[in-house]
Amino acid sequence: MTEAYITGIGMSEVGVRLTRSPLGLTLDAVREAIADAGLTLDQIDGVATYPGKMQTYLGFSPIGSDDVIEAFGLKTRWHIGAAEMTAQLGAIAAAAAAIKAGLARHVICFRTVYEAAAMARPDEFPPLERRKDVTGNSQWVSPFGAFSAANWTAQFAMRHMKRYGLTREQLAQVAINDHANAALNPRAIVKQPLTLDTYMSARMISTPFCLYDCDRFTDCSTVVIVSAGDALDEVKTTPVRIAASAGSVERYSWDQAEWASAYPTGRDLWKSTDYTAKDVDTVQLYDGFAFQPITWLEGLGFCDVGEGGQFLEGGKRIARDGELPMNTGGGQLGWGRLHGFGFAYEAVVQLRGEGGARQIPGDPKVAIATSGGGPMAAALLLAKD
Amino acid sequence: MVWQRSRVRLDKDNSAFWTGGAEGKLNIARCGDCGGFIHPPREICRHCLSENVAPFAVAGTGVVDTYTVNHQAWAKDMEVPFVIARVKLDDAPGVYLTTNIVNCPVDAVEIDDAVRVVFEEQDGIWYPLFEKIA
Repeated sequence: MTEAYITGIGMSEVGVRLTRSPLGLTLDAVREAIADAGLTLDQIDGVATYPGKMQTYLGFSPIGSDDVIEAFGLKTRWHIGAAEMTAQLGAIAAAAAAIKAGLARHVICFRTVYEAAAMARPDEFPPLERRKDVTGNSQWVSPFGAFSAANWTAQFAMRHMKRYGLTREQLAQVAINDHANAALNPRAIVKQPLTLDTYMSARMISTPFCLYDCDRFTDCSTVVIVSAGDALDEVKTTPVRIAASAGSVERYSWDQAEWASAYPTGRDLWKSTDYTAKDVDTVQLYDGFAFQPITWLEGLGFCDVGEGGQFLEGGKRIARDGELPMNTGGGQLGWGRLHGFGFAYEAVVQLRGEGGARQIPGDPKVAIATSGGGPMAAALLLAKD
Repeated sequence: MVWQRSRVRLDKDNSAFWTGGAEGKLNIARCGDCGGFIHPPREICRHCLSENVAPFAVAGTGVVDTYTVNHQAWAKDMEVPFVIARVKLDDAPGVYLTTNIVNCPVDAVEIDDAVRVVFEEQDGIWYPLFEKIA
């Protein structure tokens, strides 16, 4: 059976309230990824995305697989675009599975987000309805003013504070680290470092989360190309193997999950590989909210359950020159809300040694990229081997 | 809190939950065969796959499993701050309800606080909120 490799990465402009269309941004990212891999569009035979085009909330996901296939004239043999999967990076895991099954050779995996522009242009991109005729999972949280995943995730964070002694100073290290790295990433929205004082005096959103603990709406398209191991002679980049993947959904209603799915998914990631946590050179952990990396650090076994806060203490361990460099591109708190795909992109950048000013030292060979928070999770183990 | 709460669309599965407050009842779907609770409510028991599922009026008491003080007005008419909590019901194992803790200052809520249901009605929907048991 052939292996699956990431062979190309691409990204559009990253911004807030961009005027270029979502399809245009997607084209920019696809063009860059194709050129990066040294492929042409007629070599692409698969497309995968999460969560697919979302007609009820176009800002969240304005472009689906069908759009990409139709608009760019692709001749595909396999494609998928779905919200009903493990989490964002599940789309890349699905592409790897399709390639291993022989269903495709070069798959464009993408995530296009347009939430900031959508807020500025509500007539064109209507906001999600949270007040009237609420149904599905939203009915169990929205009536109580818990409109945002910030509220849902904050409750998991609060439990960690009360049960395990997580402090705001420890939590702050996620945003401080993200800002420090983003300042070295030309594509990141954040340009300046963040001090602990600024963090501690910021206004609260939903305790214990302050403004800096929450990612902000961003407009961008991110593309990762996954290729078959027996098609690597067609690409020009250093291939990065998808050495393992895992994903799970605990409960579909966020408030019924006792634990974030990062815990079972983190454990599962190691079941289909000989690599262990000790082999990992860098982690790119989903941080739509600053607490989520703590669940991943604990779930993946970098520390015990309840010790994530202590792991972050002082921030040195997760810095670029620390023992486990984390979110080296700035994460979602610094780079922007790329919604999961930015973590896979950055893992590849680091493994290729193309991080420029933010490149971690040594010759990193193994990285983890994760996505999801609360009851949904997907993780990729990526290796240059 | 006086904001217009999100109006739920009633259906055959959720009506007992959202209207039970009219009779002072906190209705949670329960399996008539295995006794397990199913929340969010569905017509099939997620524990034993029985279709013998019906609303069951629980005691309406529980404990604060976890909480957050929300400071962000997500809608223009939303008055902040207020407490959003996840309440673990005493007599419905495995069921959590997202709710608001009311009738106390926002800084008076802690994990493991004992709470009981109080209903707030808006436009035919009876929202189950909780207050601390003194």
